Amino acid sequence: MQTIYEKPKTLIDTSTHFCPGCGHGIVLRLIAEIIDAWGIRGKTIGLAPVGCAVLAYNYLDIDMCEAAHGRPPAVATGIKRVHPDNIVFAYQGDGDLAAIGTAEIIHAANRGENITFIFVNNAVYGMTNGQMAPTTLPGQRTATTPAGRDSANYGYPIRICELLAVLDGTSYIERVSLSSPENIRKTKKALEKGFTTQLEKKGFSLIEILSPCPIYWRMDANESMKYIDEDMTRIFPLGVVKDWTQKN
Amino acid sequence: MLTGNAAAAWGVRLANVDYIPAFPVTPQTEIIETLSKWINDGVMDAKFVTMDSEHSMITAAGAASATGARVFTATSSQGLVYGFEMLYTIAGWRVPLVMINVSRGLSSPITLEPDHNDILATRDTGFIQIHCEVCQEVMDSILIAYRLAEDERILLPVLVNMDGFHLSFTREPVELPIIEQVRKFLPAYKPNHAFFKASQPMAQGVAVLGGYAYSYFKYQMHLASKKAIEVYREVSEEFAELFGRTYNTVETYMADDAECLLIMTNSFTTMGKAAIERARARNIKAGLLRLRLVRPFPEADIIRFVKRAKAVAVLDQNISIGKGGIIYSDVASTLYNEKEKPVLLSFISGLGGKNISIEEFEFIFDSLVKAVDKGEISPPQLLYTEAELIEINRLKNIVGKEKHYKFESGD
Repeated sequence: MQTIYEKPKTLIDTSTHFCPGCGHGIVLRLIAEIIDAWGIRGKTIGLAPVGCAVLAYNYLDIDMCEAAHGRPPAVATGIKRVHPDNIVFAYQGDGDLAAIGTAEIIHAANRGENITFIFVNNAVYGMTNGQMAPTTLPGQRTATTPAGRDSANYGYPIRICELLAVLDGTSYIERVSLSSPENIRKTKKALEKGFTTQLEKKGFSLIEILSPCPIYWRMDANESMKYIDEDMTRIFPLGVVKDWTQKN
Repeated sequence: MLTGNAAAAWGVRLANVDYIPAFPVTPQTEIIETLSKWINDGVMDAKFVTMDSEHSMITAAGAASATGARVFTATSSQGLVYGFEMLYTIAGWRVPLVMINVSRGLSSPITLEPDHNDILATRDTGFIQIHCEVCQEVMDSILIAYRLAEDERILLPVLVNMDGFHLSFTREPVELPIIEQVRKFLPAYKPNHAFFKASQPMAQGVAVLGGYAYSYFKYQMHLASKKAIEVYREVSEEFAELFGRTYNTVETYMADDAECLLIMTNSFTTMGKAAIERARARNIKAGLLRLRLVRPFPEADIIRFVKRAKAVAVLDQNISIGKGGIIYSDVASTLYNEKEKPVLLSFISGLGGKNISIEEFEFIFDSLVKAVDKGEISPPQLLYTEAELIEINRLKNIVGKEKHYKFESGD
């Protein structure tokens, strides 16, 4: 009998703390699949954020360090600069990367740090029970915008990919989603490209992943996927924003 | 029945606050969620905006406060220390901002549960600090805090502290005062100083080089903070007359005839009071003193009660790494020049929300009795139960560390 599907060895055999319908488990699994397939488990170092993915080190069987809120780019920089042969990635949510850690990610990008950033955008602060994040859509109801985000008072969703792409230090930036099996396959390809960018020493890469949060979007899993496709992608269009392989 | 967080939100609503910059952090978030809902529902008239971080949030709060608005914000633990530099700045601005800190142990290792290293890290900033035991006290302390902060004799920001989870998420009966009485106690803020408007040129936060001016400003802050003890007494008396609840700078429990006195802060004090009753049942003349005002440090009130005792234990839920308990150090320096003073023992427990067990309280009182009866002075100790040590050893086994701790009474 031939095994055609199995749990990646890098994924620790345990139950998770993620809510039903959450996208984090899918992303962590994709990372684990790549680490297994490429045989890089012994040289990969991951950074866990503050937020829903704070316990990522409980799921990935690699060296991981948990960073203070918004600080993974700085921690990753410290590690990568002294261990350039390790593969270093930071795993961050939108509260971590696009709010409290905005300065950190901009300057890591501007320095062209040879690190892969995995940015999971679910448009809310999930771990603290669904408050407005900078990525929250206009009109979206959250715990701190009960009537929906009014941009006149609360500002507009931050498009991190487009913001960073104007910096000369960035090499590969793509936005993908988890809304369908096809999009999940594209997400895996984008993650592979991000790690390839680092292995080829081409510098800063960031993959933004639009991820469902059914609990704090107050939707079921199907509606969440539809919300990504129909609402989120209007504000956060999918696709490659910058790619070093396509220069010239 | 209100949680500590909801009680805090009620305090803010009753205080008629103008502006609330916010950023979520566990276990504080319920406060800002409650306020944002009230503002959205139109039952509260204030400006509310979520910021990108606690650093920006505290900065915006201080800046708004400097224009003469009544401002509130709330944070916890990592958020408090992330905004740390601004705490010094805002206190130096001499603005009457009121903030809540919901105590939670500092990373790393990361935790969500309470101890007091977060709030005590800010003890030198110039913020006045009120530490609470119960939910009612949280709400009442917000009102008292604005009175202190806005008093012309003080003009310093105030931090009100409560323990995460044990208070923030615990429902207790909370009596809401009628609004007319609140308005009587805390009228609208009409600043004569520390307002910053374009119509009246003044510079704030200017550079002072040479040290003498810098020293002068710091000393003025120190004097204002010391003065706050007297003002606090006036304000709490007025509060007691209007609302029937008394909040002294220190709260005592069976302390009048106590030979063995325990000093604690915040919500675990409730367990300390139960321990006092158990100790009394064992014929130990035990009593408790809870610090409510932690900055300014109410030295005279502490001396008054502590001097009556023969032996005193300070139970710190914090650790100054390389020194020991922070409150112990403060109490010890308070007593140093007293001619007659009791033995002062130091215990640390409850870090990161660790339970303080019945056995641990018993151990503290046994140590105090030994000090009184036999003159045996136990060294400063971090308390653990035997069951907790077994669990630590089990975890060490998992990660392959061989060396185990052996449990010895007094460890």
